[in-house]
Amino acid sequence: MLNSTLQQLSTLIAEKKISSVELTNEFLSRVKAQNPVYNAFITVNEEMSLFQAHAADAMIASGQGQPLTGIPIAQKDIFCAKGWLTTCGSKMLSNFISPYDAGVIERFNTVGAVNIGKTNMDEFAMGSSNETSFYGPVRNPWDITTVPGGSSGGSACAVAARMAPAATGTDTGGSIRQPAALCGISGIKPTYGLVSRYGMIAFASSLDQGGPMAKSAEDLALMMNVMVGFDTRDSTSLQRPSEDYSRDLARPLQGLRIGLPKEYFVEGLNADVASAVESAIAEYRKLGAETVDVSLPNTKLSIPVYYVLAPAEASSNLSRFDGVRYGHRAPEYIGLNDMYQKSRAQGFGAEVKRRILIGTYVLSHGYYDAYYIQAQKLRRLIAQDFSEAFKRCDIIMGPTTPTTSFPLGEKSGNPVQMYLSDTYTIATNLAGLPGMSIPAGFGNHNRPVGLHIIGNYFAEAQMLNVAHQYQQVTDWHIRIPDALTDL
Amino acid sequence: MSLTLDDIKRVANLACIETSETEATNALIHLSDIFNLIEQMQAVDTSSVNPMSHSQDLVQRLRDDMVTESDQRELFQSIAPKTDSGLYLVPKVLE
Repeated sequence: MLNSTLQQLSTLIAEKKISSVELTNEFLSRVKAQNPVYNAFITVNEEMSLFQAHAADAMIASGQGQPLTGIPIAQKDIFCAKGWLTTCGSKMLSNFISPYDAGVIERFNTVGAVNIGKTNMDEFAMGSSNETSFYGPVRNPWDITTVPGGSSGGSACAVAARMAPAATGTDTGGSIRQPAALCGISGIKPTYGLVSRYGMIAFASSLDQGGPMAKSAEDLALMMNVMVGFDTRDSTSLQRPSEDYSRDLARPLQGLRIGLPKEYFVEGLNADVASAVESAIAEYRKLGAETVDVSLPNTKLSIPVYYVLAPAEASSNLSRFDGVRYGHRAPEYIGLNDMYQKSRAQGFGAEVKRRILIGTYVLSHGYYDAYYIQAQKLRRLIAQDFSEAFKRCDIIMGPTTPTTSFPLGEKSGNPVQMYLSDTYTIATNLAGLPGMSIPAGFGNHNRPVGLHIIGNYFAEAQMLNVAHQYQQVTDWHIRIPDALTDL
Repeated sequence: MSLTLDDIKRVANLACIETSETEATNALIHLSDIFNLIEQMQAVDTSSVNPMSHSQDLVQRLRDDMVTESDQRELFQSIAPKTDSGLYLVPKVLE
């Protein structure tokens, strides 16, 4: 049961072979047994999960069941969920019981999905290893001495260790795709604007996008069908006709043109990752796809640009945490300014402070044009690279990450090294394009490798098709870590 | 460009984050590394490029000027650090 896909669980529930309460209890016991090892969840609330499960069973009994009704879903702790502790991985919000639901949570509630718990994450989604969390690091189920990636590390781990059949994540520079790659699962960051940001605690608003993480492309499609939709409360939410993201899964790949950016296969890419990705591309050729060499000449600028724009937006977004209306307030202070200064100094961790300082600096008088405006200009060049490339291909592929998972502590003292983990993923956020990672074999030490699939705007159904066809002829996505052979 | 300890302290003050001497010194080391990376941007001539603030070419939506929220003050204040009679309490600003 724990190893079943969403599709399988959905059928079992619809045919009343298992109730949501039974299924929820099964996953809750699994979380209780496994979480002490992995630290994937910050909050588990059996009472609230089971309350939802009972409601889901009633929905099913009255014939109102939908594909995800009654199915437990792990929610990244960045999504506000009414009555749930919602911390964003930070001491600043370690006492924040959300008084409202995020748009994404509302959509899951409407279809009767069960919130199985809130997953661990890098503090305010700032990190690539889940080590900046106030709640401690998450461990990678494939090797517990290594990181799961981040920032959605808890969600990736929960799915990989079979503590949840699927989870939500958010992706500002790779935070869905990088942990999906490192934990051997599938994840997709949709086109910017498809998934509501309402109640999704803001990091860098022009880049943040929620999306699903699951075991397969087929399951991602089911999650997308729930998560995507217009929300008036998010000013950048896109109003478009609704789509069935499962509709094209079965389409053959004959004639598909896969663009291979030459900049993604150069120095910095580990040999074991390169070799797994090349094998995956060979598999696509067997499936009838052709490959085209393309170029994204400004690739190497995406990290510098991102580390101006994202901190700039973050420094503005995080100014709301002042210890007045909610969140941490310092126990002692002298006067208002001291209260702000101390509350923020105590509430934020080192990486969050670093990014606020960078952002404040690049937005400050005298530096705005040289940094912030220059970064926005380069952002346009990076986006234009993709539109040029998509004139010659349907989809772009490469490695999701330059390396497989790395040991805990290896990069946590060196921010620049950590930032380079997102070399291949950041550009899609800057351009607003959809990006996806699927398991594509293993590198050294049996650590998972992710294949990065980048689509044109609104090409999610096609990307899921491309991923699904690969998952029909390979079994990387159903492999499980040795430690989980009890399943 | 090279950052100084004074830059760090000035920016920390602007960002309202109390920073000790040790923290500022550490921040200077890390931020200098990060700005070395960021400096790569300056090598590109962008004089003819328009800044891109956002990936979607959106026009801000307007809504009808109607009340959409109900009063939830008690709920919202139940998670506040300090309140009194429906007000959020902060230290005195004016003597």
